Amino acid sequence: MSASATEAPRRYRPPAQLGGRGPIRGKAKRRLTIIGFLVPTMTILVLFVFWPMISALRLSFTDASGFGREEFIGLDNYVEIFTDPGILRAMGNTVLYTVLFTPTAVILALVLALALNSPRLPFRGVFRTWLFLPFIVSLAVAAFAWQYLLDPQVGLLNYWLQGFGVSIGNVLQDPVLAMPTVVLVAVWKNFAFYMIVFLAGLQEIPTSLYEAARMDGAGPWSRFRNVTIPLLGNTTGFVLIIATIAALQAFDQIYVLTGGGPYQSTQTVVMQIYQSGFKDLELGFASALSYVLLIATLILSLVQFVVTSRGEKDAG
Amino acid sequence: MAAVALAPRSRPRRSPLRRVGPWLFFVAMLAVALLVLLPIIIIVFTAFKPVAEVNAFPPSLLPTDWTLDNFTRIFNELPFGRLILNSFVFAGGVTLCALVFDSLAAYVLARVDFRGSRILLLVIVASLMIPFQATLIPIYQLVADFGWVNTFWGLIIPRAADAFGIFFLRQFFLSLPRDLDNAARIDGASEFRIFRSIVLPNAVPALLTLGIYTFVNNWNDLLWPLVFTTEQEMGTITSGLTLLTGPSGIIPYGVMMAGSLIAVVPLAIMFLFVQRRFIESVASTGLK
Repeated sequence: MSASATEAPRRYRPPAQLGGRGPIRGKAKRRLTIIGFLVPTMTILVLFVFWPMISALRLSFTDASGFGREEFIGLDNYVEIFTDPGILRAMGNTVLYTVLFTPTAVILALVLALALNSPRLPFRGVFRTWLFLPFIVSLAVAAFAWQYLLDPQVGLLNYWLQGFGVSIGNVLQDPVLAMPTVVLVAVWKNFAFYMIVFLAGLQEIPTSLYEAARMDGAGPWSRFRNVTIPLLGNTTGFVLIIATIAALQAFDQIYVLTGGGPYQSTQTVVMQIYQSGFKDLELGFASALSYVLLIATLILSLVQFVVTSRGEKDAG
Repeated sequence: MAAVALAPRSRPRRSPLRRVGPWLFFVAMLAVALLVLLPIIIIVFTAFKPVAEVNAFPPSLLPTDWTLDNFTRIFNELPFGRLILNSFVFAGGVTLCALVFDSLAAYVLARVDFRGSRILLLVIVASLMIPFQATLIPIYQLVADFGWVNTFWGLIIPRAADAFGIFFLRQFFLSLPRDLDNAARIDGASEFRIFRSIVLPNAVPALLTLGIYTFVNNWNDLLWPLVFTTEQEMGTITSGLTLLTGPSGIIPYGVMMAGSLIAVVPLAIMFLFVQRRFIESVASTGLK
């Protein structure tokens, strides 16, 4: 109100967007508002996103340790990353985690999304709500619950499995089973997210296509194979990549459940960054490892970008 | 009765399997859903179990004696009231700041043509690809230089604006018709007034979606509070609970489940109230 009350006599001048020479009020004033709109946001992005990116790159070529002088040591940190057996192990573990996590979570999500999308399932809405619930639980809390369920002495799930004659022992102390266990926790927590994305993709497929396929005599499998799969291709590509990126960043439940053990069998790249950077204070080394993670993520994001934009071209 | 009622509807070609089919399907899904819910069920029931039952063998699902002991114990073992407050201030603060700053920037990027706007958008979208874990060390150094470690500033300010939110809101603002703001501009309204009285009220669904997404992510985050708070008093529920699993050996499951339940309840309540929007929020944030 007050803004227009103090206004000088109004004269009509079309705004820039309508092809006029300039905005109605002073061009300078409008420009000032625009700058005012952008300043807080850009300050935060520059300080806490862009500057840290440059800063991390610089640190990665030094032996910074949090105190004392930092010396430029060239590529030494990167050489260490690709030669140190412990670090190579952490990278291998991250790949193993990804290979276990991504297909399991994505296939589970797809199967459940297909089930939830089927008009033949009674109480679909209730199931959708139920199956979505794990997503609101944090990975840390999910880890506590699974730890109790799988406890070798008092775990309910362990006890039930024993009833079926399966003895899994203390999974978190087992160098072979610890990794699948931390993956299980992440799959449980995250599948709902991918499921909902799949569901949104499925609902975008026009029902007329299914009807046409049915008219042509296509059975359920053929309709799935020839209608659902091709039209869900974009969504699947997207889900696969976000799942892979999430897997590369595995940390929370591993920190809670195993701390990277037993015998480093669940040590991942982000666990290693946390340990090197914030526990051992090897800032230079941790920054170099961060950059390896950054580049891996960047490559995946670019692949996603190419896949999605190609899909859009196909659709258009 | 049922057979009689169904008889006129069933067509001759319908086999019995087709009629039972949906119910078999239902039972199978019920089994899957129960298995999926098991960890949540175990949190709820264990939270109310006395210690003896928590560590009993054979284990049981339901408590025989319901008790609130675990809840009193968690408030004794951790400054839990403070942690709850911290979680609300942190997740709420980040959400509020991000909504304000992101929408201001998104408005400019969606509505104002100025030199360099495309490049600015490109830079913002590109920064979406940077995982925060990869820049955590310089962010920490900066926060430490400002003297913000163990303060709400340190927890909130670095996340007070984010590229995803800007991009998400920009896409939404683009979908709003421009006629209204052009009319307002002709009437001499300032950009801020157009933003506040025309664009924002029409963007409530998008703001709610982004708000839910931001709140849930921050409430549940572990690494961030772990790095920026070293004092127990400044942690969040999520980071505080991890202190219970020390290397001491015996894990106090009852207390842990009580704490977990408290951590989940606010989000569960939010979920119940805005369930449809909550799920849509996930679908749309995932699709962008």
